[in-house]
Amino acid sequence: MNANNNGKNLGDRDIELLVGRLLRTGVITASCIVLLGGILFLIQHGSALMPSYHRFNGEDNSFTTFGGIISSTLQFNAKGIVQFGVMVLIATPVLRIALSLLGFALEKDKLYVIITTIVLCVMLFSTIGGLKV
Amino acid sequence: MTILTFTIILLVGAYLAGLVGSLTGLGGGVVVIPLLTLVFHVDIRYAIGAALLASIANSSGAASAYVKEGITNIRLGMFLEIATTVGAVIGALLAVYTPTNTIAILFGCILFFSAAMTLRKKNQLALTEGSKTAAFLKLNGSYPTPEGQVDYKLKNVGAGFSIMTLAGILSGLLGIGSGALKVLAMDSTMHIPFKVSTTTSNFMIGVTAAASAVVYLQRGYMDPTIAFPVVLGVLGGAFTGAILLKKLDPKVLRYIFCAAIVFVAAEMMYNGFQHKF
Repeated sequence: MNANNNGKNLGDRDIELLVGRLLRTGVITASCIVLLGGILFLIQHGSALMPSYHRFNGEDNSFTTFGGIISSTLQFNAKGIVQFGVMVLIATPVLRIALSLLGFALEKDKLYVIITTIVLCVMLFSTIGGLKV
Repeated sequence: MTILTFTIILLVGAYLAGLVGSLTGLGGGVVVIPLLTLVFHVDIRYAIGAALLASIANSSGAASAYVKEGITNIRLGMFLEIATTVGAVIGALLAVYTPTNTIAILFGCILFFSAAMTLRKKNQLALTEGSKTAAFLKLNGSYPTPEGQVDYKLKNVGAGFSIMTLAGILSGLLGIGSGALKVLAMDSTMHIPFKVSTTTSNFMIGVTAAASAVVYLQRGYMDPTIAFPVVLGVLGGAFTGAILLKKLDPKVLRYIFCAAIVFVAAEMMYNGFQHKF
C-alpha cells in the first residue's frame, strides 16, 4: 500500500494474493458441500411436502450448534451436511481475518496487529459469547 | 408444493436475484429477502438468515478477484471492520426484539435509499491532502488505473467510522450487506475514489455478514432447505452478472432494475404497514 517503501509493498502484495486465494477456496469448498448435501436431501425428501415457513419455528439443536452440525454431518444427515457447508461459508471471512493478522505480524505492523485482533475478538464474542436468546 | 418444486423455483429465483444484485451493484442478498417473503411467504427471519449467507458468498467470491488486482485497501477495510462487526452484533441482537413488520418497513426504506445511491454521481477524484488521523492509521493508499498507479489520501475518518457502525447495525438487523451505506461512508464522507470504496466495501461485507450470521445460525434462523438453493442460486447469478458486466454497459439495465427495486421496496413497506409479516 505504501509506495515509498518497497519492502513493505511486497509483503502486502503476498498477503493480498493469499487472502484472495483463501476467499475463493472457501467459497468453492462451501458451495460443493452445500450442493452435495442438497442433492442428498432432495433424493431423500424431494417428494415430501414443503414445510410451512410462514411462522418462525427455529431449527433444532442438531443444526444450530457446532457440535450438533458436526455430529449430524458425520451421520450423513443431508440437512446436517448443508449446514456444515453453511458453517464453512461463514468461517471463510473469519479465516481471512486470521490470515491478515498473521500478515501484519510478519510485517511487524503493531498498530494493525492490534486492530485486527480487535476485529477477531468481536467475531469470537459473537460466536461463543452465548448470544443465543 | 413438494420440496423438490420449492427448491427448483427458489433456485431459479435466487439465480435471478444474484444476477440483478450484481448488475445493479446492490448485492444478491438484498433481492433475496423480498423474493422469499413476498413470493414464498417465508417468515422474514428465515429470509434474513438466507440473505446473510448469500451476502457472504457474493462478497468472498467477488473480493477474491478485486484483491488480486490490488484495488482493495485492506488496511482501511480492516480498520472499518471494527465498526461494522460491532454494529452487526448489536443489529443481530436488536433483531430479536424488533417486530417483523417494523423490520420489513425499515428494509423497504433501505432498499429505496440503496437504489437511489446506485444512480448518484460517483467520486472519481483522489484527494492529495489527507487528515492526520488517516496518516496515523496508514489509511492512505494507491490503486491501479489505466493511466498508472494513482495515490489517494482520505479525511473525515471519525465520521466515516460512525456511518460504518450504523451500516453494521442495519446489516445485522436486516440481513443485508448495506453496501450502499458503506460506499456512502467511504465515497462521500472520506473522499475515497469510487473504485477503491466499492471494492473495499465488498471486501468488508463478508466479515460484517459473518459477524451477525453466527448469531442467526445459533438462534435457528438458518434453514438448510432454504439455504441450499439460495446460496447456490445467488452465487451462480452473481457469476453470470460479473461476466455480463464485462461485455455490456450496464447503465440502461441499471435504471430498469432500480425502478423494479423501488417497486419492490414499496411493496415491502406496504405489506409491513398492513401487518402482513
